[in-house]
Amino acid sequence: MSKRVLLVEDEPNIIEAIRFILSRDGWSVETHLDGATAVDRIVAAPPDVLVLDVMLPGKSGFDILKEIRADPATAALPVLMLTAKGQGRDRELAERYGASCFMTKPFANAEVLKTVNALKSGAFGRV
Amino acid sequence: MARTSLTGSRIRERRTMVGRKQADLARAVGISPSYLNLIEHNRRRIGGKLIRDIARELGVEPAALTEGAEAALLTTLREAAANDAGATEELPRLEEFVGRFPGWARLLAETRQRATDLAHSVEVLSDRMTHDPFLSASLHEVISTVTAIRSTASILAETRDIDPEWRDRFHRNMAEESARLAESAEALVRYLDEASSTEFTASTPQEELDTWLRESGFHFADLERALPMEPATLVKRSEAIRSSAAGAMAVSHLTRYRKDAEHMPLAAFQEAATASAFDPAALAARFDVNLTAVFRRMASLPKDRVGAEIGLVCCDGSGTLTFRKPVDGFPLPRYSAACPLWPLYQALSRPMAPVRRWVELGGRNPRRFLAYAVCQPSQPAGFDGPQVLEAAMLILPQELAQVPEPEQPLELGTSCRICPRAACAARREPSIMAEVF
Repeated sequence: MSKRVLLVEDEPNIIEAIRFILSRDGWSVETHLDGATAVDRIVAAPPDVLVLDVMLPGKSGFDILKEIRADPATAALPVLMLTAKGQGRDRELAERYGASCFMTKPFANAEVLKTVNALKSGAFGRV
Repeated sequence: MARTSLTGSRIRERRTMVGRKQADLARAVGISPSYLNLIEHNRRRIGGKLIRDIARELGVEPAALTEGAEAALLTTLREAAANDAGATEELPRLEEFVGRFPGWARLLAETRQRATDLAHSVEVLSDRMTHDPFLSASLHEVISTVTAIRSTASILAETRDIDPEWRDRFHRNMAEESARLAESAEALVRYLDEASSTEFTASTPQEELDTWLRESGFHFADLERALPMEPATLVKRSEAIRSSAAGAMAVSHLTRYRKDAEHMPLAAFQEAATASAFDPAALAARFDVNLTAVFRRMASLPKDRVGAEIGLVCCDGSGTLTFRKPVDGFPLPRYSAACPLWPLYQALSRPMAPVRRWVELGGRNPRRFLAYAVCQPSQPAGFDGPQVLEAAMLILPQELAQVPEPEQPLELGTSCRICPRAACAARREPSIMAEVF
Protein backbone atom coordinates (compact mmCIF):
# COMPACT_ATOMS: atom_id res chain seq x y z
CA MET A 1 0.00 0.00 0.00
CA SER A 2 1.44 3.38 -0.96
CA LYS A 3 1.65 6.17 1.57
CA ARG A 4 1.57 9.69 0.18
CA VAL A 5 2.99 12.74 1.92
CA LEU A 6 2.80 16.30 0.59
CA LEU A 7 5.53 18.66 1.74
CA VAL A 8 4.76 22.38 1.42
CA GLU A 9 8.12 24.09 1.96
CA ASP A 10 10.16 26.64 0.02
CA GLU A 11 13.73 25.75 1.01
CA PRO A 12 15.06 23.39 -1.71
CA ASN A 13 17.72 21.77 0.47
CA ILE A 14 15.31 21.07 3.31
CA ILE A 15 12.92 19.55 0.74
CA GLU A 16 15.70 17.37 -0.57
CA ALA A 17 16.64 16.08 2.87
CA ILE A 18 13.06 15.33 3.97
CA ARG A 19 12.31 13.73 0.62
CA PHE A 20 15.30 11.43 1.05
CA ILE A 21 14.41 10.38 4.58
CA LEU A 22 10.73 9.70 3.87
CA SER A 23 11.36 8.02 0.49
CA ARG A 24 13.70 5.50 2.09
CA ASP A 25 10.89 4.60 4.44
CA GLY A 26 8.58 3.83 1.55
CA TRP A 27 6.73 7.15 1.34
CA SER A 28 5.84 8.69 -1.94
CA VAL A 29 6.86 12.32 -1.47
CA GLU A 30 5.28 15.21 -3.35
CA THR A 31 6.43 18.78 -2.86
CA HIS A 32 4.94 22.21 -3.33
CA LEU A 33 6.88 25.48 -2.98
CA ASP A 34 4.34 28.25 -3.29
CA GLY A 35 2.04 29.25 -0.42
CA ALA A 36 -0.47 31.04 -2.64
CA THR A 37 -1.41 27.94 -4.66
CA ALA A 38 -0.92 25.31 -1.94
CA VAL A 39 -4.58 25.02 -0.88
CA ASP A 40 -5.75 24.16 -4.42
CA ARG A 41 -3.12 21.48 -4.67
CA ILE A 42 -4.00 19.94 -1.27
CA VAL A 43 -7.75 19.98 -1.86
CA ALA A 44 -7.45 18.60 -5.39
CA ALA A 45 -5.64 15.46 -4.19
CA PRO A 46 -5.44 15.20 -0.40
CA PRO A 47 -2.33 13.26 0.72
CA ASP A 48 -2.22 10.87 3.67
CA VAL A 49 -0.13 13.34 5.64
CA LEU A 50 0.60 17.03 5.05
CA VAL A 51 3.89 18.59 6.21
CA LEU A 52 3.36 22.36 6.21
CA ASP A 53 5.94 25.12 6.73
CA VAL A 54 4.78 28.37 8.36
CA MET A 55 6.93 30.91 6.49
CA LEU A 56 6.02 30.52 2.83
CA PRO A 57 6.05 32.91 -0.09
CA GLY A 58 2.58 34.08 -1.13
CA LYS A 59 0.58 32.86 1.84
CA SER A 60 1.47 31.85 5.39
CA GLY A 61 1.19 28.28 6.61
CA PHE A 62 -1.37 29.38 9.20
CA ASP A 63 -3.68 30.78 6.53
CA ILE A 64 -3.34 27.59 4.51
CA LEU A 65 -4.16 25.50 7.58
CA LYS A 66 -7.23 27.63 8.34
CA GLU A 67 -8.53 27.15 4.80
CA ILE A 68 -8.07 23.41 4.60
CA ARG A 69 -9.71 22.95 7.99
CA ALA A 70 -12.73 24.87 6.67
CA ASP A 71 -13.05 22.49 3.70
CA PRO A 72 -14.92 19.24 4.59
CA ALA A 73 -12.70 17.23 2.24
CA THR A 74 -9.58 18.09 4.21
CA ALA A 75 -10.99 19.00 7.64
CA ALA A 76 -9.54 15.86 9.20
CA LEU A 77 -6.30 15.66 7.24
CA PRO A 78 -3.29 14.96 9.52
CA VAL A 79 -1.05 18.06 9.41
CA LEU A 80 2.47 18.45 10.77
CA MET A 81 3.39 22.13 11.08
CA LEU A 82 7.04 23.17 10.72
CA THR A 83 8.15 26.55 11.94
CA ALA A 84 11.40 28.40 12.30
CA LYS A 85 10.16 30.52 15.13
CA GLY A 86 10.13 29.81 18.85
CA GLN A 87 7.54 27.92 20.80
CA GLY A 88 5.19 30.55 22.20
CA ARG A 89 2.89 32.38 19.84
CA ASP A 90 3.33 30.14 16.83
CA ARG A 91 2.49 27.00 18.74
CA GLU A 92 -0.62 28.70 20.07
CA LEU A 93 -1.69 29.70 16.56
CA ALA A 94 -0.98 26.23 15.17
CA GLU A 95 -3.15 24.69 17.88
CA ARG A 96 -5.94 27.19 17.40
CA TYR A 97 -6.08 26.60 13.65
CA GLY A 98 -6.10 22.83 14.12
CA ALA A 99 -2.63 21.47 13.41
CA SER A 100 -2.38 17.77 14.34
CA CYS A 101 1.21 18.19 15.42
CA PHE A 102 3.87 20.85 15.63
CA MET A 103 7.65 20.77 15.17
CA THR A 104 10.26 23.54 15.40
CA LYS A 105 13.23 23.93 13.10
CA PRO A 106 15.92 22.74 13.22
CA PHE A 107 14.44 19.27 13.67
CA ALA A 108 16.00 15.80 13.88
CA ASN A 109 15.40 13.57 10.86
CA ALA A 110 14.32 10.62 12.98
CA GLU A 111 11.77 12.80 14.72
CA VAL A 112 10.18 13.85 11.43
CA LEU A 113 9.98 10.28 10.23
CA LYS A 114 8.50 9.05 13.51
CA THR A 115 5.89 11.81 13.59
CA VAL A 116 4.81 11.41 9.97
CA ASN A 117 4.34 7.67 10.48
CA ALA A 118 2.43 8.21 13.70
CA LEU A 119 0.14 10.68 11.94
CA LYS A 120 -0.53 8.12 9.22
CA SER A 121 -1.56 5.44 11.71
CA GLY A 122 -3.84 7.91 13.47
CA ALA A 123 -1.81 8.05 16.66
CA PHE A 124 -2.29 11.81 16.94
CA GLY A 125 -5.79 13.14 17.18
CA ARG A 126 -6.41 16.72 16.27
CA VAL A 127 -4.91 18.95 18.88
CA MET B 1 -1.96 94.51 35.07
CA ALA B 2 0.97 94.82 32.74
CA ARG B 3 2.32 91.69 31.13
CA THR B 4 4.64 89.97 33.52
CA SER B 5 8.26 89.69 32.63
CA LEU B 6 11.29 88.56 34.47
CA THR B 7 13.35 91.65 33.72
CA GLY B 8 12.38 93.22 37.04
CA SER B 9 13.31 90.15 39.06
CA ARG B 10 16.67 90.06 37.35
CA ILE B 11 17.33 93.72 38.10
CA ARG B 12 16.45 93.14 41.75
CA GLU B 13 18.62 90.04 41.93
CA ARG B 14 21.59 91.79 40.35
CA ARG B 15 21.15 94.91 42.49
CA THR B 16 21.07 92.89 45.72
CA MET B 17 24.08 90.93 44.55
CA VAL B 18 26.20 94.03 44.07
CA GLY B 19 24.82 95.46 47.34
CA ARG B 20 23.14 98.61 46.04
CA LYS B 21 20.18 100.30 47.66
CA GLN B 22 17.01 100.64 45.63
CA ALA B 23 16.86 104.39 46.26
CA ASP B 24 20.47 104.81 45.22
CA LEU B 25 19.99 103.01 41.90
CA ALA B 26 16.74 104.86 41.22
CA ARG B 27 18.48 108.18 41.70
CA ALA B 28 21.36 107.18 39.45
CA VAL B 29 19.03 106.44 36.53
CA GLY B 30 16.68 109.31 37.21
CA ILE B 31 13.49 107.60 38.37
CA SER B 32 11.68 107.49 41.68
CA PRO B 33 12.43 104.65 44.12
CA SER B 34 8.78 103.61 44.15
CA TYR B 35 8.77 103.32 40.35
CA LEU B 36 11.90 101.19 40.47
CA ASN B 37 10.20 99.09 43.14
CA LEU B 38 7.27 98.47 40.77
CA ILE B 39 9.70 97.53 38.00
CA GLU B 40 11.59 95.16 40.27
CA HIS B 41 8.36 93.39 41.12
CA ASN B 42 7.60 92.96 37.46
CA ARG B 43 4.61 95.28 37.65
CA ARG B 44 5.84 97.77 35.09
CA ARG B 45 7.31 97.08 31.69
CA ILE B 46 10.69 98.52 31.04
CA GLY B 47 12.65 99.02 27.87
CA GLY B 48 15.01 101.04 25.74
CA LYS B 49 17.13 103.67 27.38
CA LEU B 50 16.13 102.92 30.97
CA ILE B 51 17.21 99.33 30.75
CA ARG B 52 20.55 100.35 29.23
CA ASP B 53 21.08 102.87 32.05
CA ILE B 54 20.25 100.34 34.76
CA ALA B 55 22.46 97.72 33.10
CA ARG B 56 25.34 100.20 33.01
CA GLU B 57 24.85 101.06 36.65
CA LEU B 58 24.76 97.39 37.60
CA GLY B 59 27.75 96.56 35.41
CA VAL B 60 26.02 94.01 33.16
CA GLU B 61 25.04 93.75 29.50
CA PRO B 62 21.46 94.94 28.92
CA ALA B 63 20.76 91.55 27.34
CA ALA B 64 21.48 89.89 30.66
CA LEU B 65 18.52 91.75 32.12
CA THR B 66 16.07 91.33 29.26
CA GLU B 67 14.38 88.15 28.23
CA GLY B 68 15.80 85.63 25.85
CA ALA B 69 17.97 83.33 27.84
CA GLU B 70 15.00 82.19 29.92
CA ALA B 71 12.53 81.79 27.08
CA ALA B 72 13.62 78.24 26.31
CA LEU B 73 13.68 77.43 30.01
CA LEU B 74 10.11 78.68 30.46
CA THR B 75 8.92 76.67 27.46
CA THR B 76 10.49 73.49 28.77
CA LEU B 77 8.99 73.98 32.22
CA ARG B 78 5.54 74.71 30.78
CA GLU B 79 5.74 71.48 28.83
CA ALA B 80 6.77 69.63 31.96
CA ALA B 81 3.86 71.12 33.89
CA ALA B 82 1.35 69.95 31.31
CA ASN B 83 1.46 66.40 32.60
CA ASP B 84 1.06 67.29 36.22
CA ALA B 85 -2.11 68.63 37.82
CA GLY B 86 -0.37 70.31 40.76
CA ALA B 87 2.15 72.08 38.57
CA THR B 88 -0.54 73.17 36.10
CA GLU B 89 -2.33 74.90 38.95
CA GLU B 90 0.85 76.77 39.79
CA LEU B 91 1.63 77.71 36.19
CA PRO B 92 0.72 81.37 36.75
CA ARG B 93 3.61 81.54 39.20
CA LEU B 94 6.12 79.91 36.87
CA GLU B 95 7.94 83.15 36.09
CA GLU B 96 8.22 83.97 39.75
CA PHE B 97 9.71 80.52 40.35
CA VAL B 98 12.25 80.90 37.55
CA GLY B 99 13.08 84.40 38.73
CA ARG B 100 13.63 83.44 42.34
CA PHE B 101 15.25 80.04 41.89
CA PRO B 102 17.05 80.09 38.52
CA GLY B 103 19.36 77.24 39.52
CA TRP B 104 16.58 74.92 40.64
CA ALA B 105 14.55 75.83 37.58
CA ARG B 106 17.41 74.98 35.25
CA LEU B 107 18.00 71.70 37.05
CA LEU B 108 14.32 70.82 36.72
CA ALA B 109 14.31 71.70 33.03
CA GLU B 110 17.46 69.71 32.34
CA THR B 111 16.16 66.72 34.25
CA ARG B 112 12.90 66.89 32.36
CA GLN B 113 14.76 67.17 29.01
CA ARG B 114 16.91 64.20 29.88
CA ALA B 115 13.90 62.13 30.91
CA THR B 116 12.17 62.95 27.63
CA ASP B 117 15.25 62.01 25.63
CA LEU B 118 15.63 58.74 27.53
CA ALA B 119 11.95 57.87 27.13
CA HIS B 120 12.38 58.43 23.41
CA SER B 121 15.46 56.18 23.34
CA VAL B 122 13.61 53.44 25.17
CA GLU B 123 10.78 53.70 22.69
CA VAL B 124 13.14 53.45 19.73
CA LEU B 125 14.99 50.51 21.24
CA SER B 126 11.92 48.53 22.20
CA ASP B 127 10.48 49.23 18.78
CA ARG B 128 13.64 47.86 17.27
CA MET B 129 13.47 44.69 19.33
CA THR B 130 9.86 43.87 18.59
CA HIS B 131 9.29 45.08 15.07
CA ASP B 132 12.72 44.98 13.54
CA PRO B 133 12.12 43.36 10.14
CA PHE B 134 15.81 42.91 9.50
CA LEU B 135 16.41 41.08 12.76
CA SER B 136 13.49 38.72 12.26
CA ALA B 137 14.36 38.08 8.60
CA SER B 138 18.01 37.29 9.45
CA LEU B 139 17.03 34.97 12.28
CA HIS B 140 14.67 33.13 9.98
CA GLU B 141 17.44 32.80 7.41
CA VAL B 142 19.86 31.44 10.00
CA ILE B 143 17.37 28.86 11.29
CA SER B 144 16.42 27.73 7.78
CA THR B 145 20.03 27.12 6.79
CA VAL B 146 20.82 25.40 10.08
CA THR B 147 17.79 23.13 9.54
CA ALA B 148 18.96 22.14 6.07
CA ILE B 149 22.53 21.57 7.28
CA ARG B 150 21.49 19.51 10.29
CA SER B 151 19.14 17.35 8.28
CA THR B 152 21.58 16.82 5.44
CA ALA B 153 24.52 16.15 7.75
CA SER B 154 22.66 13.49 9.69
CA ILE B 155 21.64 11.77 6.47
CA LEU B 156 25.31 11.65 5.42
CA ALA B 157 26.40 10.45 8.85
CA GLU B 158 23.68 7.88 9.46
CA THR B 159 22.98 6.35 6.04
CA ARG B 160 25.53 3.62 5.46
CA ASP B 161 24.50 2.37 2.04
CA ILE B 162 24.00 5.82 0.50
CA ASP B 163 24.12 5.99 -3.27
CA PRO B 164 27.27 7.90 -4.46
CA GLU B 165 25.15 10.19 -6.58
CA TRP B 166 22.96 11.14 -3.61
CA ARG B 167 26.01 11.48 -1.39
CA ASP B 168 27.62 13.99 -3.79
CA ARG B 169 24.40 15.88 -4.03
CA PHE B 170 24.09 16.17 -0.25
CA HIS B 171 27.70 17.27 0.02
CA ARG B 172 27.00 20.00 -2.49
CA ASN B 173 23.90 21.07 -0.56
CA MET B 174 25.91 21.18 2.67
CA ALA B 175 28.57 23.39 1.09
CA GLU B 176 25.92 25.66 -0.34
CA GLU B 177 23.98 25.99 2.91
CA SER B 178 27.04 26.53 5.07
CA ALA B 179 28.20 29.38 2.80
CA ARG B 180 24.75 30.91 3.14
CA LEU B 181 24.84 30.45 6.91
CA ALA B 182 28.24 32.14 7.17
CA GLU B 183 26.91 35.07 5.22
CA SER B 184 23.71 35.56 7.17
CA ALA B 185 25.49 35.08 10.51
CA GLU B 186 28.00 37.72 9.52
CA ALA B 187 25.26 40.17 8.53
CA LEU B 188 23.51 39.53 11.81
CA VAL B 189 26.65 40.12 13.87
CA ARG B 190 27.39 43.31 11.97
CA TYR B 191 23.87 44.52 12.57
CA LEU B 192 23.87 43.74 16.30
CA ASP B 193 27.29 45.30 16.63
CA GLU B 194 26.03 48.51 15.13
CA ALA B 195 22.89 48.50 17.21
CA SER B 196 24.84 48.20 20.43
CA SER B 197 27.38 50.83 19.50
CA THR B 198 24.70 53.37 18.75
CA GLU B 199 24.51 55.81 21.59
CA PHE B 200 21.28 56.04 23.50
CA THR B 201 21.15 59.80 23.15
CA ALA B 202 21.24 59.65 19.38
CA SER B 203 19.04 56.71 18.67
CA THR B 204 17.99 57.34 15.08
CA PRO B 205 20.34 57.98 12.17
CA GLN B 206 18.64 61.35 11.60
CA GLU B 207 19.40 62.42 15.17
CA GLU B 208 22.97 61.24 14.87
CA LEU B 209 23.37 63.37 11.75
CA ASP B 210 21.64 66.36 13.37
CA THR B 211 23.95 66.23 16.38
CA TRP B 212 27.02 66.07 14.18
CA LEU B 213 25.93 68.96 11.96
CA ARG B 214 25.14 71.05 15.02
CA GLU B 215 28.55 70.33 16.52
CA SER B 216 30.20 71.27 13.23
CA GLY B 217 28.33 74.58 13.13
CA PHE B 218 26.82 73.49 9.80
CA HIS B 219 30.04 74.60 8.11
CA PHE B 220 32.83 72.40 6.74
CA ALA B 221 36.05 74.27 6.01
CA ASP B 222 37.57 71.07 4.57
CA LEU B 223 35.05 71.16 1.76
CA GLU B 224 35.63 74.85 1.00
CA ARG B 225 39.26 74.44 -0.07
CA ALA B 226 40.44 74.50 -3.67
CA LEU B 227 40.98 70.75 -3.47
CA PRO B 228 38.14 69.71 -1.19
CA MET B 229 38.33 66.59 0.92
CA GLU B 230 36.37 63.45 0.03
CA PRO B 231 33.05 63.47 1.96
CA ALA B 232 33.53 59.81 2.92
CA THR B 233 36.93 60.58 4.47
CA LEU B 234 35.48 63.44 6.45
CA VAL B 235 32.63 61.29 7.72
CA LYS B 236 34.99 58.46 8.64
CA ARG B 237 37.03 60.85 10.79
CA SER B 238 34.02 62.03 12.77
CA GLU B 239 33.37 60.57 16.16
CA ALA B 240 29.71 61.50 16.22
CA ILE B 241 28.71 59.46 13.16
CA ARG B 242 28.73 55.83 14.24
CA SER B 243 26.01 53.86 12.51
CA SER B 244 26.35 53.09 8.83
CA ALA B 245 22.89 54.51 8.16
CA ALA B 246 23.89 57.89 9.60
CA GLY B 247 27.18 57.57 7.73
CA ALA B 248 25.39 57.17 4.41
CA MET B 249 23.16 60.18 5.20
CA ALA B 250 26.18 62.26 6.20
CA VAL B 251 28.07 61.37 3.00
CA SER B 252 25.10 62.33 0.87
CA HIS B 253 24.73 65.60 2.79
CA LEU B 254 28.42 66.46 2.38
CA THR B 255 28.46 65.47 -1.28
CA ARG B 256 25.72 67.97 -1.90
CA TYR B 257 27.53 70.52 0.30
CA ARG B 258 30.70 70.11 -1.76
CA LYS B 259 28.82 70.56 -5.00
CA ASP B 260 27.13 73.70 -3.63
CA ALA B 261 30.54 75.02 -2.53
CA GLU B 262 31.90 74.36 -6.01
CA HIS B 263 29.09 76.30 -7.67
CA MET B 264 29.08 79.06 -5.05
CA PRO B 265 32.64 79.56 -3.74
CA LEU B 266 32.63 80.88 -0.19
CA ALA B 267 34.33 84.28 -0.62
CA ALA B 268 32.42 85.23 -3.76
CA PHE B 269 29.14 83.97 -2.36
CA GLN B 270 29.53 85.77 0.92
CA GLU B 271 30.28 89.03 -0.88
CA ALA B 272 27.35 88.63 -3.25
CA ALA B 273 25.05 87.63 -0.38
CA THR B 274 25.90 90.72 1.62
CA ALA B 275 25.70 92.97 -1.44
CA SER B 276 22.25 91.65 -2.36
CA ALA B 277 20.99 91.91 1.22
CA PHE B 278 20.62 88.13 1.32
CA ASP B 279 18.21 87.94 -1.59
CA PRO B 280 18.03 84.29 -2.67
CA ALA B 281 16.60 85.04 -6.11
CA ALA B 282 19.44 87.44 -6.95
CA LEU B 283 22.00 84.88 -5.75
CA ALA B 284 20.37 82.08 -7.73
CA ALA B 285 20.60 84.19 -10.88
CA ARG B 286 24.15 85.33 -10.14
CA PHE B 287 25.48 81.78 -9.59
CA ASP B 288 23.12 80.03 -11.99
CA VAL B 289 21.79 77.54 -9.44
CA ASN B 290 18.33 76.78 -8.07
CA LEU B 291 16.81 78.45 -5.02
CA THR B 292 17.16 75.43 -2.74
CA ALA B 293 20.89 75.32 -3.40
CA VAL B 294 21.14 79.02 -2.49
CA PHE B 295 19.21 78.36 0.74
CA ARG B 296 21.60 75.57 1.68
CA ARG B 297 24.61 77.70 0.87
CA MET B 298 23.32 80.64 2.90
CA ALA B 299 22.70 78.40 5.89
CA SER B 300 26.29 77.14 5.68
CA LEU B 301 27.74 80.66 6.01
CA PRO B 302 29.51 80.90 9.38
CA LYS B 303 27.85 83.24 11.85
CA ASP B 304 30.98 85.32 12.42
CA ARG B 305 31.22 86.13 8.72
CA VAL B 306 27.71 87.47 8.23
CA GLY B 307 26.90 88.75 11.70
CA ALA B 308 23.98 86.49 12.48
CA GLU B 309 22.87 82.89 12.31
CA ILE B 310 20.82 81.98 9.24
CA GLY B 311 18.42 79.08 9.82
CA LEU B 312 17.22 76.40 7.43
CA VAL B 313 14.67 73.66 7.67
CA CYS B 314 13.85 71.08 5.00
CA CYS B 315 11.11 68.50 4.71
CA ASP B 316 10.14 65.70 2.36
CA GLY B 317 6.79 65.14 0.67
CA SER B 318 5.26 63.78 3.88
CA GLY B 319 6.13 66.98 5.75
CA THR B 320 8.69 65.15 7.88
CA LEU B 321 11.59 67.43 8.78
CA THR B 322 14.76 66.10 7.19
CA PHE B 323 17.12 68.95 8.02
CA ARG B 324 17.09 71.38 10.93
CA LYS B 325 19.34 74.32 11.53
CA PRO B 326 17.67 76.37 14.26
CA VAL B 327 18.26 80.05 14.92
CA ASP B 328 17.93 81.81 18.22
CA GLY B 329 14.28 82.74 18.71
CA PHE B 330 12.99 80.28 16.11
CA PRO B 331 13.15 76.89 17.84
CA LEU B 332 12.49 73.81 15.70
CA PRO B 333 10.63 70.83 17.15
CA ARG B 334 12.79 67.78 17.72
CA TYR B 335 10.29 64.96 17.95
CA SER B 336 6.85 66.43 17.42
CA ALA B 337 5.44 67.75 14.16
CA ALA B 338 5.99 71.39 13.27
CA CYS B 339 3.58 74.32 12.95
CA PRO B 340 1.29 73.84 9.94
CA LEU B 341 1.40 77.55 9.18
CA TRP B 342 5.09 77.58 8.33
CA PRO B 343 5.72 78.94 4.82
CA LEU B 344 7.62 75.66 4.35
CA TYR B 345 4.32 73.80 4.14
CA GLN B 346 2.71 76.48 2.02
CA ALA B 347 5.56 75.91 -0.44
CA LEU B 348 5.19 72.13 -0.17
CA SER B 349 1.57 72.35 -1.29
CA ARG B 350 2.51 74.40 -4.34
CA PRO B 351 5.70 72.97 -5.82
CA MET B 352 7.88 75.40 -7.75
CA ALA B 353 6.04 78.48 -6.44
CA PRO B 354 8.41 80.43 -4.17
CA VAL B 355 7.02 81.93 -0.97
CA ARG B 356 8.37 84.91 0.97
CA ARG B 357 6.76 85.97 4.24
CA TRP B 358 7.63 88.00 7.27
CA VAL B 359 6.78 85.76 10.16
CA GLU B 360 6.44 86.31 13.87
CA LEU B 361 6.97 83.58 16.44
CA GLY B 362 4.45 83.46 19.23
CA GLY B 363 5.49 83.85 22.81
CA ARG B 364 6.27 86.53 25.29
CA ASN B 365 8.88 88.31 23.22
CA PRO B 366 7.66 87.90 19.67
CA ARG B 367 10.54 87.87 17.22
CA ARG B 368 10.34 88.49 13.53
CA PHE B 369 12.06 86.61 10.77
CA LEU B 370 11.97 86.77 7.01
CA ALA B 371 11.16 83.32 5.67
CA TYR B 372 11.84 82.21 2.12
CA ALA B 373 10.46 78.85 1.07
CA VAL B 374 10.33 76.78 -2.09
CA CYS B 375 9.48 73.19 -2.98
CA GLN B 376 11.35 71.50 -5.78
CA PRO B 377 10.16 68.20 -7.30
CA SER B 378 12.62 65.74 -8.78
CA GLN B 379 12.44 62.45 -10.70
CA PRO B 380 15.40 60.46 -9.37
CA ALA B 381 13.97 57.20 -10.75
CA GLY B 382 13.36 58.56 -14.24
CA PHE B 383 10.46 60.18 -16.00
CA ASP B 384 7.92 57.51 -15.08
CA GLY B 385 9.26 56.99 -11.57
CA PRO B 386 7.67 58.56 -8.50
CA GLN B 387 7.99 62.32 -8.11
CA VAL B 388 10.05 63.16 -5.04
CA LEU B 389 9.34 66.45 -3.31
CA GLU B 390 11.72 68.41 -1.14
CA ALA B 391 10.76 71.72 0.40
CA ALA B 392 13.15 74.09 2.12
CA MET B 393 12.61 77.20 4.22
CA LEU B 394 15.33 79.76 4.87
CA ILE B 395 14.98 81.63 8.15
CA LEU B 396 16.59 85.05 7.93
CA PRO B 397 16.89 87.01 11.18
CA GLN B 398 15.43 90.51 11.19
CA GLU B 399 18.83 92.21 11.33
CA LEU B 400 19.96 90.70 8.03
CA ALA B 401 16.78 91.23 6.05
CA GLN B 402 16.25 94.46 4.16
CA VAL B 403 12.76 93.78 2.89
CA PRO B 404 10.07 96.21 4.13
CA GLU B 405 8.13 94.75 7.02
CA PRO B 406 4.35 94.58 6.80
CA GLU B 407 2.20 95.86 9.60
CA GLN B 408 0.87 92.41 10.32
CA PRO B 409 3.36 89.58 9.75
CA LEU B 410 2.26 85.96 9.51
CA GLU B 411 1.91 84.69 13.06
CA LEU B 412 3.15 81.19 13.61
CA GLY B 413 4.66 78.90 16.21
CA THR B 414 6.97 75.96 16.72
CA SER B 415 4.55 73.17 17.42
CA CYS B 416 0.89 73.25 18.51
CA ARG B 417 1.49 71.83 21.95
CA ILE B 418 3.70 74.66 23.14
CA CYS B 419 2.15 77.43 21.06
CA PRO B 420 0.33 80.21 22.91
CA ARG B 421 -1.95 81.20 20.01
CA ALA B 422 -5.14 79.68 21.40
CA ALA B 423 -7.40 80.85 18.60
CA CYS B 424 -5.19 79.59 15.76
CA ALA B 425 -7.29 78.30 12.87
CA ALA B 426 -4.76 75.63 11.94
CA ARG B 427 -4.47 74.21 15.44
CA ARG B 428 -4.03 70.42 15.57
CA GLU B 429 -4.21 69.84 19.31
CA PRO B 430 -4.89 72.04 22.33
CA SER B 431 -1.96 73.99 23.64
CA ILE B 432 -0.64 73.49 27.10
CA MET B 433 0.03 77.22 27.18
CA ALA B 434 -3.35 78.57 26.08
CA GLU B 435 -4.76 78.86 29.57
CA VAL B 436 -1.71 80.67 30.87
CA PHE B 437 -2.03 83.61 28.50
